[in-house]
Amino acid sequence: MEQIIREKIKQVKKGDQAAYSEIVDFYQHRIFQHCYRMLGNIHEAEDIAQEAFIRAYVNMDSFDESKKFSTWLYRIATNLTIDRIRKRKPDYFLDAEIKGSEGLNMYSQLSSSEPLPSEEVESIELQRYIHKEISELPPKYRSIMILRYLEEFSLQEISGILDIPLGTVKTRIHRGREALRKRLRHV
Amino acid sequence: MIAHKEEIELMHKYLDGDLREEEEEELRKHLEFCEECQNHFHELKRTITLIQSSESVRAPSDFTNHVMSRLPKEKNGMKYKRWFKRHPIVTAAAIFFIFMLSGMFTQWNQDGELVVSKQENLIVQGDTVIVPEGVVVDDNLVVKNGNLIVKGTIDGDVTIINGKLIEEEAVSGESLMASVGEINGEINSVDRMFEWLWYQAKTLFEKVFSLE
Repeated sequence: MEQIIREKIKQVKKGDQAAYSEIVDFYQHRIFQHCYRMLGNIHEAEDIAQEAFIRAYVNMDSFDESKKFSTWLYRIATNLTIDRIRKRKPDYFLDAEIKGSEGLNMYSQLSSSEPLPSEEVESIELQRYIHKEISELPPKYRSIMILRYLEEFSLQEISGILDIPLGTVKTRIHRGREALRKRLRHV
Repeated sequence: MIAHKEEIELMHKYLDGDLREEEEEELRKHLEFCEECQNHFHELKRTITLIQSSESVRAPSDFTNHVMSRLPKEKNGMKYKRWFKRHPIVTAAAIFFIFMLSGMFTQWNQDGELVVSKQENLIVQGDTVIVPEGVVVDDNLVVKNGNLIVKGTIDGDVTIINGKLIEEEAVSGESLMASVGEINGEINSVDRMFEWLWYQAKTLFEKVFSLE
């Protein structure tokens, strides 16, 4: 797949727009999910994920083909989500409760489309709680925890995605783990 | 907890897969008697398991289309290029056809001069070729860019390109001239581009499939 993507990127660089749709197809769920985990809101996630793909397309010429495209794409998406979080109006946070329940409704709508085993239905409540706890971490810890444990990147890869030194990644992941440990210890 | 800062640091190193062997030994020994740290370690590992059980979502089904519709317009030439790429046979045929057409066109326009196939005893008067009385042409005759008057006999096919066979009496200078001779073969008269092409194609076809 990596090879196919490389080929497609070459075509896009030559100006073939249609080749880009296969790249979007391939990464859409991962990037959308990443944005959703960062933002905690389906609408914002869709908006930012689309924006990330558009930015990647527009700046394709500056993409270094010797590097992994996914790393680059995640970096664009992560930076956009962090920008969005910063730009949120303060009153957005006052509505956190309502925002949370909105998220829940969105989620129940999503999950209703496919039948779930009963065990999973029971754990949905827990999943929501965990998601909420993650999304309340400061963005710089949140992104690392999501990339490490939900998207399963190595620390080295995370350092590449966020463009920060490996040591900083480690420090943040330690703090992120401790913060979440405190929040989730009573679950 | 603060008292065991070093051990907690080791736990994190363990979780990142950075722990050296002697450090692992050190941590294990500590955990054996320190219940507080055991608890802490357990909570950390459990936290990770919990995070990993977090819900997963998928992008909406029209996501790609939305992205594609929001992209800036691509350069014009690309559409054609892509089309050619997708239809290589049509493209090859089109290119062949263009070459063929241009080849024939050059041939057609090559010269406006009178050309006649090599036969003896023919009289050429201006743009008119005359097969004189009593002369027998025993081969196919081709006249290009000129008219033909037959008074003698032709034992073969006659092809006149961009001209015509003068059959009726016509006044040309001093003498009366008309084709009153005999043609023992087919007469092809070609005087338009399309017919010329058709003639070329037919000839090619005949050449390819002739059993001679």
